[in-house]
Amino acid sequence: MSVVPISYYLVLSAVLFGLGAVAVVFKRNIITIFMAIELMLNAVNLAFVAFARAHGQLDGLVYVFFVIVVAAAEATVGLAIVITIMHNRQTLNVERVNLLKF
Amino acid sequence: MSIPFLLFFACAFISVLGAVLLIFAREPIHSALSLVLVMMSLAVLYLLLGAEFIAAVQIIVYAGAIMVLFVFVIMLLNAGFEERTDWSKIAKVVGLPFSFFLLLAIAHMLSRSDIGTVVANGAGAPSNDAVSTRALSAALFQQYLFPFEATSILILIAILGAWILGRKE
Repeated sequence: MSVVPISYYLVLSAVLFGLGAVAVVFKRNIITIFMAIELMLNAVNLAFVAFARAHGQLDGLVYVFFVIVVAAAEATVGLAIVITIMHNRQTLNVERVNLLKF
Repeated sequence: MSIPFLLFFACAFISVLGAVLLIFAREPIHSALSLVLVMMSLAVLYLLLGAEFIAAVQIIVYAGAIMVLFVFVIMLLNAGFEERTDWSKIAKVVGLPFSFFLLLAIAHMLSRSDIGTVVANGAGAPSNDAVSTRALSAALFQQYLFPFEATSILILIAILGAWILGRKE
């Protein structure tokens, strides 16, 4: 059975990461920007799994596990911040949230 | 075209499609659903790479827990239409070509490096039990025991942070 070359996975990972970076720059809604960051984390996870497969070692998979845990913690705190911003400013547009203290 | 190749290209197409939909969707809920699409197809790719446990965690934790949290917040804040970015001149002229150039550069370097040819020739392909769930759990609870425990403290701190941010002052 032929195996898909690892470089295919890496190119897909790079494409997804680039699309996530474009979304972070171009989107205005703070929740969507957050989701784009999750997309970039997913792209990096794909590269980790591909490298773990290529080298036949488990460390990449363990790192993916930790990345997922950290992403969960990040989503918790980040969405709490989003809710606080919405309560204080009544907007989700990042261009309207340009002052640290008002 | 064997079955793994077909599966890979199908999932790669679906995931890139989901990422593009995330960029062009006007409503946050559509972005969230397209991100779920990306995560599901990535889980299939993990299965294809022989990482069953990571695929399961991807579905349960990412597509299940984290995205439900996102959808819940979108519902809670009643996040509707996003004001369209006006795609300023400098973004059109400089930003998009440079992002495509970045993508091309990364893809070119990856396809030229020898990591791509290692597994293509079947030389670097590991035995199947090398990435099995049993070996992964052994690594996680023996070699990586301290980082594993540290993540539980990280989760605890995140919960406390969310609570402090969310309470009425």
